Amino acid sequence: MFVGVDVGGTNTDAVLMDGRQLAGAAKVPTTADVTTGIAGAVSELLAQTGRRDLVQAVVVGTTHFTNALLERANLSPTAVMRLSLPATELLPPLVEWPDDLKDAIGGHAYMVGGGNEFDGREISPLDRQAVRAAVHDMQTRGVRAVAVNGVFSPVDPAQELETAALVREIAPDLRVCLSHENGRIGLLERENAAALNACLGEIAVSTVQGIEQALEMLGLNVPLFMSQNDGTLMDTSFAVRFPALTISSGPTNSMRGAAWLTGISDGIVVDIGGTSTDVGALVRGFPRESAVAVELAGVRTNFRIPDVESIALGGGSVVTREPWRIGPESVGYRLTDAALVFGGDSLTATDLAVAAGLGQVGDTELVTNLETAMVTQGTAEIQQRVETLIDRMKLSGGDVPVILVGGGSILLGDSLAGASRVMRPSHADVANAIGAAIAQVSGQVERVYSLDNDSREAAIADCTEAAVSRAVAAGADPATVEVVDVEEVPLTYVPSNATRVRVKAVGDIAPTALQR
Amino acid sequence: MVSLSNHDPDSKEVLRQAQDERIKSIFARIESIFAMWTATEDILPHIAIGAGILGTGGGGNPYIGQLRAREAIRKWGPVTVLSPEELPDDARVVCVGGIGAPTVGVEKVRDLQSYHALRAIEDYVGETATALISNEIGGSNSVEPLIAAAKAGLPVVDADGMGRAFPEFQMKTFFVYGVPCCPMSVADEKGNSIIVRDTITPTWAEKLARAATIQMGCVACYAVAPMTSEQVRRTAVPNTLSLARDLGRAVQSARDSGGDPLQAILETCPGRVLFTGKVVDVDRRTTSGFARGSLGIDAWQGSAMTIDFQNENLVARVDGEIVCTVPDLICAVATDTGEPVTTELMRYGLRVAILGFPAPALWTTPEGLAVAGPRAFGYDTDYVPLTV
Repeated sequence: MFVGVDVGGTNTDAVLMDGRQLAGAAKVPTTADVTTGIAGAVSELLAQTGRRDLVQAVVVGTTHFTNALLERANLSPTAVMRLSLPATELLPPLVEWPDDLKDAIGGHAYMVGGGNEFDGREISPLDRQAVRAAVHDMQTRGVRAVAVNGVFSPVDPAQELETAALVREIAPDLRVCLSHENGRIGLLERENAAALNACLGEIAVSTVQGIEQALEMLGLNVPLFMSQNDGTLMDTSFAVRFPALTISSGPTNSMRGAAWLTGISDGIVVDIGGTSTDVGALVRGFPRESAVAVELAGVRTNFRIPDVESIALGGGSVVTREPWRIGPESVGYRLTDAALVFGGDSLTATDLAVAAGLGQVGDTELVTNLETAMVTQGTAEIQQRVETLIDRMKLSGGDVPVILVGGGSILLGDSLAGASRVMRPSHADVANAIGAAIAQVSGQVERVYSLDNDSREAAIADCTEAAVSRAVAAGADPATVEVVDVEEVPLTYVPSNATRVRVKAVGDIAPTALQR
Repeated sequence: MVSLSNHDPDSKEVLRQAQDERIKSIFARIESIFAMWTATEDILPHIAIGAGILGTGGGGNPYIGQLRAREAIRKWGPVTVLSPEELPDDARVVCVGGIGAPTVGVEKVRDLQSYHALRAIEDYVGETATALISNEIGGSNSVEPLIAAAKAGLPVVDADGMGRAFPEFQMKTFFVYGVPCCPMSVADEKGNSIIVRDTITPTWAEKLARAATIQMGCVACYAVAPMTSEQVRRTAVPNTLSLARDLGRAVQSARDSGGDPLQAILETCPGRVLFTGKVVDVDRRTTSGFARGSLGIDAWQGSAMTIDFQNENLVARVDGEIVCTVPDLICAVATDTGEPVTTELMRYGLRVAILGFPAPALWTTPEGLAVAGPRAFGYDTDYVPLTV
């Protein structure tokens, strides 16, 4: 049995999953230190279910590292060293970082001779002397982590690996993050991802240790895993190397949980909260990833964040008559005090829904005197706005299943334009924690191949092998690993047949990873 | 920033700096007489939006270019922008642009290749540039001259060789009206440069330059031998950098004030809304280095538009009838924000307005249409000018 934990902004949820069955759920307020909340939720879950002995592993999804970045708190003094000269000098590392975040990690940027071309040739040989000089300089500046980024290192990581060896020789205590392990082509985005992982390293170690100790105190001597933003999980040794991959795992877990609760793997998930509605698309059980660069704490990254669109419309959205408007203002968490059905004096979207008979919350008597015409117009408008958003997120014109989650889902009727059917799963309030508990282990690799040198099949095979071994390294059972996505993008304007290949492999947690 | 490199500055650099200083002071004097403007850091986001619109679906991702221009201006100061009329009569104007693969350019981000290409062509022809000009205002090439100009301390001409974006090197008004495309230089970031001395057609110049570019690692820049002021005034599409700036500024202020970005665009640049609807189909394939394909857009009243593209949008049809073709501009923008939508980012469900703008007059002559009319792209149809 797996325990899934979701640390949200307000609540920390824990669920116990017995294979495909939900065996129990608990909810406690989130605490500032994260760990106390997790311990509280898991402890309540164990007390409720009494199944401590059957728990094999705990999976935690947390926004803790995102918050550290947003608050610029507890970040390690970090350097970024780029292997590129004479290329890319005009845009040095950290060039587009917000000043306060750059200051929070110390703003140490270095460029040395090195880097590769798109076809693997070297831009320059690695300037070892410059690497050594840079590391000595880092030592005098109190740097504790370094992100190393070579141009086209996803094509050939040799220079990054050699740099890591040089760093360890001189400064064995310096935490090293290599950009080729952070994925895709896109120099600045990949470099930023590596830098974020580097500066979150220490806080990741202490957080993981804190959670492990808390679980041990509850008598749970089982392995801990963390949720990644692509809907898969990583073991703790991986998590402390790539803490930034936990960023935005919440929406992903919510969509994966919704998929699991309904058995729908392809469709649209609509999460209606108090102030906003988030809509995302499920493709083969995973959220569709955003195609555009994702900004996090003001930094562009290549993180695999789900493609979610939001509008300011939720159960607490305030309805005004002059001018006629629903939202964007919302009574938010005060819904149960402020809305008419709860005896308050704010006309909200929830009141319209209750008056229209779409759902029953609060006291229906309190909204019986609302004009029928306004109620009809209002509920139709709400439905139409959500339908437009659903249509934007679809991949093609046909009708698709729509899964409604979140407390505000009573705003919608059971017949939506573009929906082949509308589902409202029970236990939707713990979908995030379920999404964490059911996660598999993944490996994703992106490389550029010149098809003049390799055949297309050889290129895909090579990339697949790398993705599979990455999944296994992350804790997947080799016997269960399967390739879930192969993307091949020929490079435009390059007649030499260069092509970019991206492969993602996914597998179940390896039994060996479940033994401590 | 600590830079640890073994690269010494060029020994000619000192002489050049003196030269640059002299040119700078000459232009400082001229500046006090004429109403030129200055390209500063804060207008770059506006240029990015405007150049995106004028990119007609292609022109590449402007993000890296904009960031490079910002760094160049921060490092070496803002750039003076002159209208073609404001050029001194004996000016020598060098056209610079990027050549390579955009997908490689996001990884090996460009450095000062355009500056190196400028110096290479100056050395070869034995002349010093007095100003730079963009080859293509649409997309990322719009800012390339600003980067080289900031470094060289030169002004940039408020004009370009397309007035939009086109997929191929030879599709420039300069070459249509008799400016030779050679000699031209191609430079990489390492210090390598070559001269394409002469070719029998501009297409050959592109082929040879591209072959060198691949060896250079697919992210190079080129510079064409200097044009005279007369050539610039006669063959360049004028005032396009200020047009890009004004378009972006209009869109931004409409967004900020809650106004209608589409109306703001049309008030800045005369054109019309060809169609508004939802993208329902995107068919994309890469053949011989170009992103070709078509996209379908449905309106609410059952009417449908299709657009053929080859990097840029070429032909727009409503219910099968052609409503706009190259060289007129066919631009897709998001209906709510006015943000330009490139063919790369097109996908099902996007709400777009398709705007049409009449082509610059230099493209609608028989010579212009021979290079950039619908027949030049393989369509068996005559160019019918868009009426606004």
